[in-house]
Amino acid sequence: MSAPSGGGASRDGYGAALLEMLDDDKVVVLEADLGKSTKSCLFRAEKPSHTVSLGIAEQNMMLVAAGMATSGYVPFASTFAIFSERGFEQVRNGIARPNIVVHLCGSHGGIHTGTDGSSAQSIEDLAIYRTLPNMAVIHPSDDISAKELTLQLRDYPSPSYMRTARNKVPRSYSESTANQLKIGKGFTHRKGSDVAIIACGVLLNEALEASEELRTQGIHATVVDMHTIKPLDESLLDQIIESCGAIVTAEDHSVIGGLGSAVAEYVVSKSPIPIEMIGVQDRFGESGGSDELLELLGLKSTNIIQAAKRVIERK
Amino acid sequence: MQRGMGLGVTELEHMAKRCRRNIVKMVYNAKAGHPGGSLSAIDMLTALYGHRLRVNPDQPDWGDRDRFIMSKGHASPGVYAVLHERGFLSESDLQTFRKLGGPCQGHVDMKWCPGVDFSAGSLGMGLSFGIGCSLAATLDGSERTAWVMLGDGELQEGQIWEAVMAAVHHEVGNVKVIVDRNGIQNDDFCESQMRMFDVSEKFASFGWAVMEIDGHNMSEIVSAIDWADQVTDGPACIVMHTVKGKGVSFMENNPKFHGAAPSDQQFELAMEELQ
Repeated sequence: MSAPSGGGASRDGYGAALLEMLDDDKVVVLEADLGKSTKSCLFRAEKPSHTVSLGIAEQNMMLVAAGMATSGYVPFASTFAIFSERGFEQVRNGIARPNIVVHLCGSHGGIHTGTDGSSAQSIEDLAIYRTLPNMAVIHPSDDISAKELTLQLRDYPSPSYMRTARNKVPRSYSESTANQLKIGKGFTHRKGSDVAIIACGVLLNEALEASEELRTQGIHATVVDMHTIKPLDESLLDQIIESCGAIVTAEDHSVIGGLGSAVAEYVVSKSPIPIEMIGVQDRFGESGGSDELLELLGLKSTNIIQAAKRVIERK
Repeated sequence: MQRGMGLGVTELEHMAKRCRRNIVKMVYNAKAGHPGGSLSAIDMLTALYGHRLRVNPDQPDWGDRDRFIMSKGHASPGVYAVLHERGFLSESDLQTFRKLGGPCQGHVDMKWCPGVDFSAGSLGMGLSFGIGCSLAATLDGSERTAWVMLGDGELQEGQIWEAVMAAVHHEVGNVKVIVDRNGIQNDDFCESQMRMFDVSEKFASFGWAVMEIDGHNMSEIVSAIDWADQVTDGPACIVMHTVKGKGVSFMENNPKFHGAAPSDQQFELAMEELQ
């Protein structure tokens, strides 16, 4: 019903990364009552002097973070992905427009969030933040990669939005493979020349499962973790266009505006190849277990397998 | 770096007069802009830059400067006029107001204009930003202060009250708010758009120290700034009663001149009145 317990949730990686930054007095953490959920509470417990509670008031939090950033600090502000959207115009006008380096983390993104129901399941965050000039948009798949990418944000020169997920999934990274991660560079987990499956977040795991099944059927898939949706790894897409000639994108997000859209926008501007998009089909979620919802909304490995076969046919 | 420019009340009054002329010239030249809220705020802006703020025109991004955050960012001509007096902007810079490629953007913008600490234009955000600046100053052990100017219509934004609450919770003694209570917003008088009732009482009820003044009496303004400086155990708010369009007869208390330029004839009259 719920996700496997043996893996890691990306929100745990965010909290672990904050703990690694305790020695840096320029790092400050901002919360809007959900630190226990986003895992910034781990930092608060160790360094309350550098943790700012703003209460249930996301709009204020965005600009307090901006003010601290212009005074030489590196703010990591978090809330649920969905509630960050209440402060979207604040992020747009107060952070992205003046290019102030604030790192915003939206946890509990996607329908994988589960039983809380559709009010808590942001399926549009990647799309809206991607429209903002200067903003990086990042969505790691597990705790280990989330930790590494969060650590890299400390010295990142632009504001960013990182979506993390509530629930655990099987890990796709080890400490040593995570060392090879870099913001803005997709990570290739499998290499094959029949089709490329480009995934992010919790659907990376589904993509890897799909590639194993496809292999038994004689179909060899490249699998990429496109953890950075913006700036998009265009050189990797150039290679995929050349070597695979067909793409399936997979994300726990609306098919409107997210990873699939970002990939499609680039591909059609270069050399168009067929693309199938796995994602939420212009509807809201509902209450249920993570796996039940992935199944209901067509986000399982079986859906990716079918999409891979369809897209190969269209080559 | 000294506070302000070492000017007394009479010199400040003269400076404010020059600023009023530049405000009307900028808006006339651009054929657009917001003269009303610039003219209501300009006596306070003059006193802040002439009497109080520690800033350095030779090094606009000096890290330990006081911050001035113009949250009602449409009052940009008022800000540009005082930045010119303080040495951040030249006479020719003022000519770029609302023109392509110039430092004097339609709404004050820190990325375009030296001496501007906050990119405004969307109401309700400046106090939050000022709290961020003050929390950073406290972590740094610095005495720098954040001065934030809000419009009275702007107080209708919910984010303002999130920030008003947060300033008290965090006991920020280095945030000073000035409310420009000119009684007029974009469409009409505040009284008809959304009644604000007793603004001082609202701030006081959240736990702020509050003082009310006549925002066109330079002696009162200077005293209020000095009073706000003495409040160090929490946030302070100066509610200043002003006249929108102050100094230009046909703009005074006239909602039409919230965001409109004078005609050729009106411009000449305004220049005469501001001799």
